[in-house]
Amino acid sequence: MNKDADTVKKVFTCIVCPRGCEVTATLDKGGDILSIEGNFCPRGETYVRNELTHPMRQLTTTVKIDGGIYSRLPVILSGEIPKERMMDVMEAVSDVKVTSPIKRGDVIVADVCGLNVDVIASRSM
Amino acid sequence: MADTLYDVIIIGAGITGSFIAHDLSKRECNVLVIDKAADVADGATMANSAIIHAGYDPAPGTLKAMLNVRGNRMYPEVIKEIGEEYRACSAFVVAVDDGGSKILDDLALRASDRDIEYRDISGDEARRLEPNLSDDVIRALEFPTTGIVYPWNVAIALMEEAVINGVTLKLNEEVTDIEAGVFKEDANTSKAETVKTDSFYRVKTKRAEYTGRIVINAAGVYADKIYSMALGHSADFSITPRRGEYYVLDEMENPVVSRIIYPVPGPSGKGVLVVPTIHNNILVGPNSLPVDDKEAVCTTTEALSRVKAAAAGTVKNIPFDKVIRTFAGLRPSGGDGDFIIEESANLAGFINVACIDSPGLASAPAISEYVIEEVLKDKLKAPYKNDYVHRKPFIRMYMLSDEEKNEMVGKDPAFGEIVCRCTLASKGEILDAIRRPVGATTVKGVKKRVGPGLGRCQGGFCEPHVVEILADELGIDRTEVRYDSEASVILVEEKGASRI
Amino acid sequence: MITRELVIIGGGSAGIAAAIAAYNKGCRDILLIEKDPELGGILLQCIHNGFGLHRFGEELAGPAYAEKWTDMLGSTAVEVKCSTTVIHLTGDRHITYVNPEEGYVTIEAKAVILAVGCRERSRGAIATPGYRPSGVWTAGTAQKYLNIQGYMVGKKVFILGSGDIGLIMARRMTLEGARVLGVAEIMPYSNGLPRNIKQCLDDFDIPLYLSHTVTDIRGKDRLSGITISKVDENLTPIPGTELDFDVDTLLMSVGLIPDTTLFDEAHISLNRKTKGAVVDEHMMTDVPGIFACGNGLHVHDLVDFVSMEGEEAGNGAVAFLRDELKPADRLSLSPGEGVSYVLPMYICPENMEEKTEIKLRVTGVMRDVSLVLKSGDKKIAEQKKLKIQPSEMEKLIVKRDDLAGLKGELVLSVAKA
Repeated sequence: MNKDADTVKKVFTCIVCPRGCEVTATLDKGGDILSIEGNFCPRGETYVRNELTHPMRQLTTTVKIDGGIYSRLPVILSGEIPKERMMDVMEAVSDVKVTSPIKRGDVIVADVCGLNVDVIASRSM
Repeated sequence: MADTLYDVIIIGAGITGSFIAHDLSKRECNVLVIDKAADVADGATMANSAIIHAGYDPAPGTLKAMLNVRGNRMYPEVIKEIGEEYRACSAFVVAVDDGGSKILDDLALRASDRDIEYRDISGDEARRLEPNLSDDVIRALEFPTTGIVYPWNVAIALMEEAVINGVTLKLNEEVTDIEAGVFKEDANTSKAETVKTDSFYRVKTKRAEYTGRIVINAAGVYADKIYSMALGHSADFSITPRRGEYYVLDEMENPVVSRIIYPVPGPSGKGVLVVPTIHNNILVGPNSLPVDDKEAVCTTTEALSRVKAAAAGTVKNIPFDKVIRTFAGLRPSGGDGDFIIEESANLAGFINVACIDSPGLASAPAISEYVIEEVLKDKLKAPYKNDYVHRKPFIRMYMLSDEEKNEMVGKDPAFGEIVCRCTLASKGEILDAIRRPVGATTVKGVKKRVGPGLGRCQGGFCEPHVVEILADELGIDRTEVRYDSEASVILVEEKGASRI
Repeated sequence: MITRELVIIGGGSAGIAAAIAAYNKGCRDILLIEKDPELGGILLQCIHNGFGLHRFGEELAGPAYAEKWTDMLGSTAVEVKCSTTVIHLTGDRHITYVNPEEGYVTIEAKAVILAVGCRERSRGAIATPGYRPSGVWTAGTAQKYLNIQGYMVGKKVFILGSGDIGLIMARRMTLEGARVLGVAEIMPYSNGLPRNIKQCLDDFDIPLYLSHTVTDIRGKDRLSGITISKVDENLTPIPGTELDFDVDTLLMSVGLIPDTTLFDEAHISLNRKTKGAVVDEHMMTDVPGIFACGNGLHVHDLVDFVSMEGEEAGNGAVAFLRDELKPADRLSLSPGEGVSYVLPMYICPENMEEKTEIKLRVTGVMRDVSLVLKSGDKKIAEQKKLKIQPSEMEKLIVKRDDLAGLKGELVLSVAKA
């Protein structure tokens, strides 16, 4: 409970790295950030600022691949996307099919869902 | 097309049904075996103590006493014949007090009466031989002819040999009705000369109907239900399964005991045992709890903790941190406590082989012999075949020398591809198990025959690989591979299949 | 019989790092044996990101982390045998392996590194009551089905245990269209990384039931439902607290155990707590010339540390091969108050490098404490910690100079700051 009725404290578990810092943001009545504390590195502050306004997430999944050692190619995004668009991206890559050989870092889907990030191969196969 | 008229329809592909099918396959007759399960040996045969008891325990004058003693003597030879594994590991029945010691006196008496080999030893001598025996043990009887097998592999081997020699096996077929006395004029492909009788049976399953002159009801916990179907009213015996729950301990270089350890028997049976298995696992159990549900193979925390406590009464230092699995089996107990092995008084040619609880496994070869020679006797005049062929034993790489192993790999590299890192089973052995006459069609079927899933990872590493091999080999999609029964789905869909 | 200088068993993160380290130290006869068709180990199915931050300063997906290491290995002359399973290891370092091309082969090694990874505790190991239908898997098995084979094991899922693989699979199954109804954890705290609670559960409104466990499993063919119950402080289920869930899948994420099958045969002593080998500061077991590292030694939460430990073992093995590890007095290292295990279990000050890292796990969640290493009453090393918890491996650096002249036992404890 916050003692000061004019401010609100929000606690976040930072997901930027495995350290998982507990970061506390203090907001005024209007929702403006007064302070951010508890983060080990500056990325924690960025994370919390995003989390308060427009949460961003990384997304990994697999796409179908022909001719590879396995039938699925793991993929990752070149950058984070708005959290609420994760399912849209899952949908967009669900019927993507590629053919071996693929190199790690190859773009599998460019500018997925118009989000300005690419779906890229996590491994060569 | 005329239906086949079977001389004998056996309902139930457990150890009893498998023995009878195997023994009948040596003779000129048409035999059908039906089971509701997806595989041979899926009921009580899959979940029991796996012991070939010596035969000192059953009360004098019972079928159990007679058939257990005889069965125990038959086993080593039968197992050799079918190419399976048997180990005469010996057993101690141990007493911890004077009351127990009195019971040992009775058992010793029974053993001498039945000509069963035994030794009467002190608690200290017993502990010298089995150092983990409880300090409370004051006396033990050793029964060196007590043995262990893998019951499901024995049943599978028997059924394989039966099928190779002409027996028809229908799995995944649950009997839904039996009509007695229905005769079909065009049904006359019978090979054996059957004694003239009006009795013919139509055995209906969800998939088909079969006609047979003789029905052998070896349906385990369902034997009362099957008999009732044929009678059209309630059977004169009923089966109330008694559940037994067990712990399985991991394979160990030096298992806690090398012999089976029994407490003195009590009113509810042989008590909680500590049992080595052929692959050096240890079984601890069972309890004995009557249940109404014929499928209630669940385990409970309460029962298992009682099993644990009871086992501590005979054996110390049981490494329960090495538990890899718990399981429950249902003993098909009923009637007056003895086996029921007889022709129905109401239905000629309907043979009940029912209430085959312990020592059912140990008695099984003798039960089959008794059914064929004493119960069927003149009803089935089927001479022995002269072209009977034996099965090829399972390929078990661990039983081969290094040279033999390399010969196998040279012939087929799949024998050098290890699928299961716990039991070291190779892809070649799994393929062999699938391609056999009574081949594995399910993940559990592979586990029973070859081992993947029996070890410490419980299939965690190898199951996806086994599913892949089964799908490829059976020519089905991976979503069609089952763990066991037709409803035991493993993979629900290929990823993304339900997205538009 | 062929004799090799160094044989490394297991081509996952630990084994690859061990091979590269040994190669870089000058060892030129190294054989790396991997049971799967390619190197990389369990990382190949861990398609999520979060690997490599310590090592490469970036967050990689598991397969990418593995590939970076495999590429590095590719620039050495280490011999690699894939699809090859080691089935025997003796105390005198005879190794029998099998593969489809060569069959069964026995070789001798002057030094062996076991980098064999871990396995998941199964439902059987924790004796969860109920039926045994299809539909109950370890989280890692479901992960392999989904990420490697591309198949879903179910549509309505419950997860027992808050280990990281379980949390990762909660998110993964949700993204693939399954409903994850909850995660039950028998302890009063989560066993996974805090960020995985956030991004795998909270993000998808998946409830975490702390101090709960599964007390019934229903379904005779395929799983049809489960019951969870609250547990008391002795972890015993409390009657009357049952909650039922209709699910077709139960994933178990109830702990990882080093895979010690080969250790047993070579009669290598194991530690009761880590369930892996007892090792010294060079990661050498009590069987001379046999080393252990990675999750096959003790279970790590970060792969970066697995790789580092692989390097320690690789360096250790080379020191052994060069006869640099002298028989000398060693100090034993034991867990004290608040510590569940320490590793290594022995330190030989004469043989150790200038510093060595002691790894440890604590017994509970604690704030504002110090990790203190003592010899009798003498404090050898200390490090303050804001928050420590069992799910995160801690490290304490100890310097050779600080150990000079000590004898007997060192004890590492958690003390109130």
